[in-house]
Amino acid sequence: MPDSATRLSFKLNGQSVEVGSAPITRLSNVLRDELGLTGTKIGCDAGDCGACTVLVDGAPACACLIAVGQVRGRVVTSIEGLPDASPSAAALQRAFLKHGAAQCGICTPGMLGTAAALLDRTPAPSETQVMDALGGVLCRCTGYRKIVDAILEVGGGPGCDVAASPAAGQAVGARIERLDGQRKVDGSEIFGADEVPADTVAVRAIRSPHHRARFRFGDLEEFVRRHPGVLRVFTAADIPGANCFGVIGPFADQPVFAVGETRFRGEAVALVAGEPSVLTALDLADFPVLWDELSPLVTMDEALAEAAPRLHDGRPGNILTRGRVARGDIDAGFVQAAVVVEGEFETGFVEHAYIEPEAGFARRVGDRLEIQACTQAPYMDRDDIARIMGLAVEAVRIIPTAVGGGFGSKLDLSIQPFVAIAAWHLGRPARMVYSRSESIMTTTKRHPAQMKVRIGAGRDGRLTAMEFAGDFNTGAYASWGPTVANRVPVHASGPYYFPSYRAETRAVHTHLVPAGAFRGFGVPQAAIAQEQLFDELADRLGIDRLDFRVQNALKVGVPTVTGQVFDAGVGIRACFEALRPRRDDARAEVQAFNARQTGSLRRGIGFAGMWYGCGNTSLPNPSTIRVGLRADGRITLHQGAVDIGQGSNTVITQICADALGAPLALFDLVSGDTDLSPDCGKTSASRQTFVSGKAAFLAGQALRRAILREANAGEDATLTFADGGVLVSEQGHRRALPLHDLIPDDRGYVLAAEETFDPPTSPLDADGQGEPYAVFGYGAHLAEIEVDTALGTVKVLRLTAAHDVGRAINPTLLEGQIEGGAAQGLGLALMEEFFPGRGENLHDYLIPTVGDMPPVTSILIEDAAPIGPFGAKGIGEQALIPTAPAILNAIYDATGARIRRAPATPDRVRAAIRALETAAPETEDTTNA
Amino acid sequence: MYIRPTSIDEAIGVLAGQGGRILAGGTDFFPSQGDRAVVGTVLDISAIDGLKGIRIEPDWIQIGARTTWSELIAAPLPSAFDALKAAAREVGGWQIQNLGTIAGNLCNASPAADGVPPLLALDASVELAGPNGRRILPLDQFILGPRRTALAADEMVVSILVPHPAPTARSHFVKLGARRYLVISIVMVAAELTLDDRGRVDRARIAVGSCSAVACRLPALERALVGVAADLGLADLVQADHLAPLRPIDDVRATALYRRDAALTLVGRALDACRTETARA
Repeated sequence: MPDSATRLSFKLNGQSVEVGSAPITRLSNVLRDELGLTGTKIGCDAGDCGACTVLVDGAPACACLIAVGQVRGRVVTSIEGLPDASPSAAALQRAFLKHGAAQCGICTPGMLGTAAALLDRTPAPSETQVMDALGGVLCRCTGYRKIVDAILEVGGGPGCDVAASPAAGQAVGARIERLDGQRKVDGSEIFGADEVPADTVAVRAIRSPHHRARFRFGDLEEFVRRHPGVLRVFTAADIPGANCFGVIGPFADQPVFAVGETRFRGEAVALVAGEPSVLTALDLADFPVLWDELSPLVTMDEALAEAAPRLHDGRPGNILTRGRVARGDIDAGFVQAAVVVEGEFETGFVEHAYIEPEAGFARRVGDRLEIQACTQAPYMDRDDIARIMGLAVEAVRIIPTAVGGGFGSKLDLSIQPFVAIAAWHLGRPARMVYSRSESIMTTTKRHPAQMKVRIGAGRDGRLTAMEFAGDFNTGAYASWGPTVANRVPVHASGPYYFPSYRAETRAVHTHLVPAGAFRGFGVPQAAIAQEQLFDELADRLGIDRLDFRVQNALKVGVPTVTGQVFDAGVGIRACFEALRPRRDDARAEVQAFNARQTGSLRRGIGFAGMWYGCGNTSLPNPSTIRVGLRADGRITLHQGAVDIGQGSNTVITQICADALGAPLALFDLVSGDTDLSPDCGKTSASRQTFVSGKAAFLAGQALRRAILREANAGEDATLTFADGGVLVSEQGHRRALPLHDLIPDDRGYVLAAEETFDPPTSPLDADGQGEPYAVFGYGAHLAEIEVDTALGTVKVLRLTAAHDVGRAINPTLLEGQIEGGAAQGLGLALMEEFFPGRGENLHDYLIPTVGDMPPVTSILIEDAAPIGPFGAKGIGEQALIPTAPAILNAIYDATGARIRRAPATPDRVRAAIRALETAAPETEDTTNA
Repeated sequence: MYIRPTSIDEAIGVLAGQGGRILAGGTDFFPSQGDRAVVGTVLDISAIDGLKGIRIEPDWIQIGARTTWSELIAAPLPSAFDALKAAAREVGGWQIQNLGTIAGNLCNASPAADGVPPLLALDASVELAGPNGRRILPLDQFILGPRRTALAADEMVVSILVPHPAPTARSHFVKLGARRYLVISIVMVAAELTLDDRGRVDRARIAVGSCSAVACRLPALERALVGVAADLGLADLVQADHLAPLRPIDDVRATALYRRDAALTLVGRALDACRTETARA
C-alpha cells in the first residue's frame, strides 16, 4: 500500500520532478513553497477564485484543492510552463497585453491557463463558451470584457488597436501596452507573497472571535515551551514604540495588539512566531487566551443611543467626526420648490475582494528595518511603522511589491506591524500571508451608509435646494472615516448646481471591522441616493430625465456647493450628451421589447452622473518625481506612484516622456521603494495621473531644460534621444551632447531633475466653503437591464460610460479603469454586502463573475483641466460611482420598483415588486426614461 | 497519515481498521480545512479505478462514485439526465467540475448541493460498501440532514444507481443565485416529466434544493400532475400548498419568504421546460 514516507514524482512543465512535501499538501503550496514556482497564485484556498488554476493532464483545476499525492505520475502545467505546453499560450499572452486584459496581474496566470485549455480544445470558441470557461476565475480589476476580447481574438475574432512604439513626443494619447505587462502574463511578477528570504520565521496572529470581548492571557511562556519550533509570542508589551497606528495622524487610534478589550471580531491580541513548518501545523485553538464576550454595538442606532458605551475616549456619542457643507438659504430653497422629493437610502459593508490577500516580510538590516509587502502607500507605511517601532523614519525602508488589487484597503497597514515586530526582536526575516478569511475579517471595508435626502426643484426644472444627512458606520477604528465624512458633503450634490444646499455627515463607531477607503470614499453611496431622487424629481416635474440633468449640470463659471468656480474643464454636460444617442435607441428598444412580453421579463434603462475631486480634500498631497539621464543615453524614471494595476507605471512614464521629448523605449523604471524613489504619496483619491503625473510632467520639462543648459542651447532647440546619446538641433546646427564627458552623480545620472507638484486647494470653512480640489473628474453611465419580475433577478445587458478625463493619456488603460470600476459598481448595485461574522470567504461574499459583466462602451471626453498634465484628470474612482445608481434607476424604469437598500439582491427586488403588485393589483404602467 | 489505496477492499480495510477521512476530488475537503493543518488519517480514494466510470446495467445506470462533473457532462446518457448534466455545469467553475465528484457532493450533504435535486428527480439510490458487504439506500434515506448522512464510519459510497428512465422522460434543472457562475444557490429545482402518448402526464418527479435542510421531492404536486394534459402548460397547476415540504430559512443569500416565492415560480418553469423538451422530441 503506497504511503506517505516516499517521495513522489510527477511531470511538471515538461520535466519530471520529485517532491518531498507530505502527499496531503495542497499542490498550490508545493508548487510555490517547495518548487519555487510562484506564478501560481493563491487567492482563497477554497476553490472560490480560480487564481491557482493549473492544468492537470491538460484540464484546468484549482491547485489549492489537489493533494500533491493525487498528481503522482500525472502531467501538471503551471504558468511557467504554459507556453511550451499549449500551442495557444504565446498568442494569448500577446493578446492579453494588447487588449489590456491584465491589470494587477494576480488572476492572469489562472485566466491564461484556463483560456489555453479552452482554445486547445475549441480553437474558435463563441463568447458564451469563453464565459463558461472563465466562470470559475475571479478578476476584480478588469471587468472581464478585455479578457474575453483577448481570448476571442486568439480564436479568430477581431483584434484591437495598439501603439507599438510611439516616437518621441507621441506617447500621450497612444494605446500603449502596459510597460510592466510582460511579467504579469508570464507569471514572473513578484507580489506580496512571492518571496521568502532565507531563514525566515513565520508569524500568525491570535484574533478575537467576538465583536467585543475582554481577554486575558494564560501562561504564554509555557505555550512557547510546549511547542518546539515556536520561538516567541508577542503582545502589546513587545512594541518598542507606540501601540497605535492610523492613516490620518490626528485620528490614529488603532492598536497593533488590543490591550484588555477587543473592539472588533478579528482584532489581533498577540502574535506567534516560529519556524514556518511548525507554524503551519500549529493549532491556534490551543493558544492560552480567555475570552469574556461583551455586548457589542453592532448597528449605528445602537452606537448612537444615549446610554451606549463609548468605544474611544474623547469621541462622545461614538461619533468619530462630522462633515458639513452648507450654502445658500435652504429653507427658502425648499419654499421656492414646486416639487420636493425625499427618501431614505441604505447601503451595507462592501469588501474590496482583491484576489491577492495581504502579504509580505520584514527584515532587520543592522539598525534599520526593511519591509517588502503589497501596499498602496509606501511612505505612509514607513512613517507609521517608524512610530510603532520607535525608529526614525530614515531607519525604515518600505519596498512595495506588485499589488494584486488594492482599491483603497491596502492604504492601511495590515501585516506590516506584525512582521516588523517579529523581525526586529528575533533578528531573522519574518513573513506573514493573510488567509482569505483573515483578509476579509480584518481589513477595511466600504462604509455602510444610512442617508436621508430631500431635493427640491422649481416648475421650470431648476434645482432649488438639497438637504442630505448621512451616517456612515466607520467600525471600531478611524481609518479613513474622517475622509468619508468630509468627502461626502462636498460631493453629495452630484455634478449639479444648487442655489441652496446643506449636507451633514457623521462617521459613527461600532464594534465592527473598521470601514476605510474604498474607491470613492463614500461618494458612491451618496450618488445612489441623489441620482435616484433625481429621476423621481424629473418624473414628478414631467421633464425628461436626461434633459433634467443637463439643465442642472455644473458648467464653467457656475459655483459648486462649496462655492468653487472653475473657468475650464467642467465636462459633465458633454458626458450626458454623449449618452443621448444610445439612450434614445435603448429607450426605443426597451419599449419594443416590453410591448412584446407576455411573461415576467421587463427591460429598462437608467443613467446617473457623477463628479469626483482628484486628490486630498483641502489638504496637501504632494508628489515628487525624479528623472535622470545616464551616460549611455538611457533615462531612469523614479516612479514612486504605486501601480496597483491601474497603470501608473505606464501613464506616468508616457507623460514624462512627452514632457521631456524622449521616446518611451529609452525609459527604465525605479519603483516606489522608499530608499530609491521620492514620495509620490498614496495611490488613492484618483490622484496619481493628476498629481504624480503632473510632477512627472514638470520633472520631464526640467530635465529637458537641464539638457538644453548643458548644451548651451535655447528653449526652441530640438532634442533627439537615442540609445547612446542626445542630439541637440538648433537653427540648422546639430550636435551630440557628450554625455560620457559629464560627471555622473551618486545615482549614476549625468543630468537629473526632481520636481514636486502639490495641487492648489484652500481650506474649507465651518460651512464647508472653499476650494477642496484643484480638479474634478466627471462622468455619466447608462445601464440597460432586464429584470425577471417573478424572481427579482437583474441582468445588466449593456453599459455605456462617458467620462471627462481631461486628456486621455492612454485610452486602453482608461477603458480598463472604466470597465473595472463599472464591474465594482455593478457588484455594489446587485450583489455585494459583507455581514461581519458571516461569510468571511469568496463564496458567501459575492463579486461579479465574467457572466455578470455586460459589454461596456467607453466614451472618453477630453475637456482639459489646465492644471493637469497635458490636461489630464483622474479616473480610478470616477469609474465606479455612477454605475450603481444607473442600474437602480434602470430597475425602477423596468418595474416601477424603487430600491432604496443596496444591494438590489433578488429577494429585495422581488419584495419591492410584490409590494407594488399588492398596492396596485392591476397593471403597472411604467414610463421609460 | 495519508493512504492512497488502489482497490475498494483496501479502502474498506483502512476504514474498518484505523478509520480516516475520505479525500476524493478535494473540492469540499480542502475548503473545510481552511488554514488548519490536516491531522489524522486521510484516505485518498482517487487512485481506485473501481470507483470510476458510468455503466449501463440491466437494472440501472450505475455512476461510479468518483465520476467528476466534467465526466458526467461528457457522458452519453438518456435525456432524463439532462437536469443532472445541467446541474453539473453549475457546480463551481470548470476547475471545480474537473475535480469534484458526484459521490463527494452527496457525502458533503450541503442543503445547497447541486447534484441532489436532479438525482432525487431521477429516483437515484446510493450504493455503499463496508466490511459487511454492500447495501443500497434510496438517496432520500442517505442524506439525513445538513452535513449528515447514513454513511457508517467504516463505509464508503461506491456508486450512484439510477433506475432506467422512460425513453420519453425529459428533465430540467434551474439554479437561482445572485450571480452567474460560481454561486451557491438560493433555490434549485430539478424536474423530470414523462408524458404518455396522448400528451398527459404519466409521471412527474420534482425536487427542490436550498429550501430545506435536505433537498426534497414534492410528492403532492407529483401526484396532482398525473393524468393532466400538458399541452396548455403545467406552471399554473403549481400551488403554494404543493411546497409544504419546504422549510426555507433566512440567510445571507435570501429571505425564507423569497425562497418560497421563487420556488413556486421555478417549479412551474422547470415543469414547462420539460414539457417543451418533450414537444420538441
